[in-house]
Amino acid sequence: MITVSRPGVLSTVQDLGRFGQYHIGMPPSGAMDPFAHRVGNYLVGNDEDAATIEMTYQGGAFEFDEDRVVALCGATMAATIDDEPINMWEAVSVEAGQTLDIQYASNGARSYLAVAGGVDVEPLMDSRSTYTLIGLGGYEGRSLEEGDELALGAPPEGATDRIGSAVDDEYIPDYDSIDSIRVVFGLCDYRLTDACKERMTTEPWTVTPDADRVGYRLEGPELEFVEREQPFGAGTDQSNVVDLGYPVGSIQVPQQPIVLMQDAVTGGGYATVGTVISVDRGYLAQKRTHQELYFESVNVDDAVAARKAQQETLATIRKSLE
Amino acid sequence: MSTIERVTLPDPRYEFGGDDHVFVELDEAMSFDANFEAMAITQQLRKKDIDGIFEICPANASYMVRFEPETIDPHTVVETLKSVAEETDLSEYQWDTRIVDFPVLYEDEWTHETLMRFRDNHQDPDATDLEYSAQLNGFDSVDEFIGAHAGAPHMVTMVGFVPGLPWCFQMVPKDEQIEVPKYVQPRTDTPSRAVGYGGAFTAIYPVQGAGGYQLYGRTPLEVLDTDQNLADFAESMVFPQPGDILDFRRIDRTEYDEIREQIEAGTYEYTIESVSFSPEEFFADPHGYNEMLTEVLRG
Repeated sequence: MITVSRPGVLSTVQDLGRFGQYHIGMPPSGAMDPFAHRVGNYLVGNDEDAATIEMTYQGGAFEFDEDRVVALCGATMAATIDDEPINMWEAVSVEAGQTLDIQYASNGARSYLAVAGGVDVEPLMDSRSTYTLIGLGGYEGRSLEEGDELALGAPPEGATDRIGSAVDDEYIPDYDSIDSIRVVFGLCDYRLTDACKERMTTEPWTVTPDADRVGYRLEGPELEFVEREQPFGAGTDQSNVVDLGYPVGSIQVPQQPIVLMQDAVTGGGYATVGTVISVDRGYLAQKRTHQELYFESVNVDDAVAARKAQQETLATIRKSLE
Repeated sequence: MSTIERVTLPDPRYEFGGDDHVFVELDEAMSFDANFEAMAITQQLRKKDIDGIFEICPANASYMVRFEPETIDPHTVVETLKSVAEETDLSEYQWDTRIVDFPVLYEDEWTHETLMRFRDNHQDPDATDLEYSAQLNGFDSVDEFIGAHAGAPHMVTMVGFVPGLPWCFQMVPKDEQIEVPKYVQPRTDTPSRAVGYGGAFTAIYPVQGAGGYQLYGRTPLEVLDTDQNLADFAESMVFPQPGDILDFRRIDRTEYDEIREQIEAGTYEYTIESVSFSPEEFFADPHGYNEMLTEVLRG
């Protein structure tokens, strides 16, 4: 069991997400940066879908009442076990009675604490992910609070043999240096003028304070819609469309664009004009308020290739740790 | 006899949503043709149970799928969707659905309090949402407007936004459809179970939260029951399903309170009848068809 002695700003239990329910309005939730989440699980010998603790901007402090192997992956957060500094991206041993204390993020926004055996909350629709908007899943459907007691699953065999094994530096993302987010434009991008589409990929975007698990609102070039007589049922604003489904990672354009993240609304009446590719949703999730980024236009084949390359990297990392 | 004017849909637009979604826009405008096409194709897709496709989401005039590109190539997904569309013939199509009695307390105190609080966000700060909508749609009074909204059933043409929120499209010819704009600035608050209207759709808000639809009333019924206490939520925490037919019925405060009491006690059972829905018959004589449907419900 882990007791939360300090929860951090926003810490939630997440796995890879809840699927098959999008058509009733249930977003996937799940780790915002699935790469870091997966690598954490590899390090401690878990299945990649085991639940970890996602910490945003600030880490938490967790007291262990039993010996466990843990790993901290994602945004750079200084961490100590009973005041002894530990490395990130490495399998580390925590003993019963010790406290793992994790500080503020300096490179990236989100870190994942993986524990051998995984965080064992009751699965809901086959997932342990937290969806705080409705209060579902995870630990009581909410972010962690001081005093919460998290049960752990049975540690995988040989977990302790992994202590000290680490991810090679070349595979550790330098989140703050990634400022190009790849987008497959399309969906309803016919609503935007060509000049506007051009500006979207050449001018910088800044992450606003309104950036969370639901969506990343960005500030940048002014949007310009192709004037039209609104079709029946769409609503009167030029940004309105007949309500439709939103892909995860899609860019919705009310006035300022919002990239829809893991806890986003599943559909609605604002035009969507493109979709951040699956690999880069994780990188976007590591952006902090006021950071700058660019959208890079790619096609679907580029997006699939990027995904395949990342999976190969993950397979290499996994193999290197066995 | 009034009929539903058929719409010839343009060629569908198949659009990639990143590497793992395909979004298909059947039409830019709302119509029963577009919606039934979306419903028919997604139902066929679900039956086919295609390896790698793990989300199938019908929407008002479009649909979307999500897939694992490791299992199925995005271009193959598009080809598959095209061939399913080709096989789907709406004229031979009908589906089993349910018609549900949906009591609504129009002009309730809760949505009234909310809409008064957000007058500055509205097109017409001096009228209520109902007054504004009635006038905009050429009704002489709010009562007459409510009579029209509750006067013919509505089909759930999409579920989403948040879990359990249905978009409902009234089953009447286009010249009888209500159409209203959304708020100029969305509200930051809406009561749970509020019945709102935006574009050509009624929405029921499952939980308290932000919203931009005109507010007409509040239903005592739940559309989302996360604890699945109520008998009608045994299978799913979400009640409305695409294709459901909701028959809004104007009730008074006494009945509202009685139903709420039963809902809170977990004893309320929704009044539901199974019906087979035939687009062709509905198109030919919507009013007659609706009468037949509601008769099944009201006996």
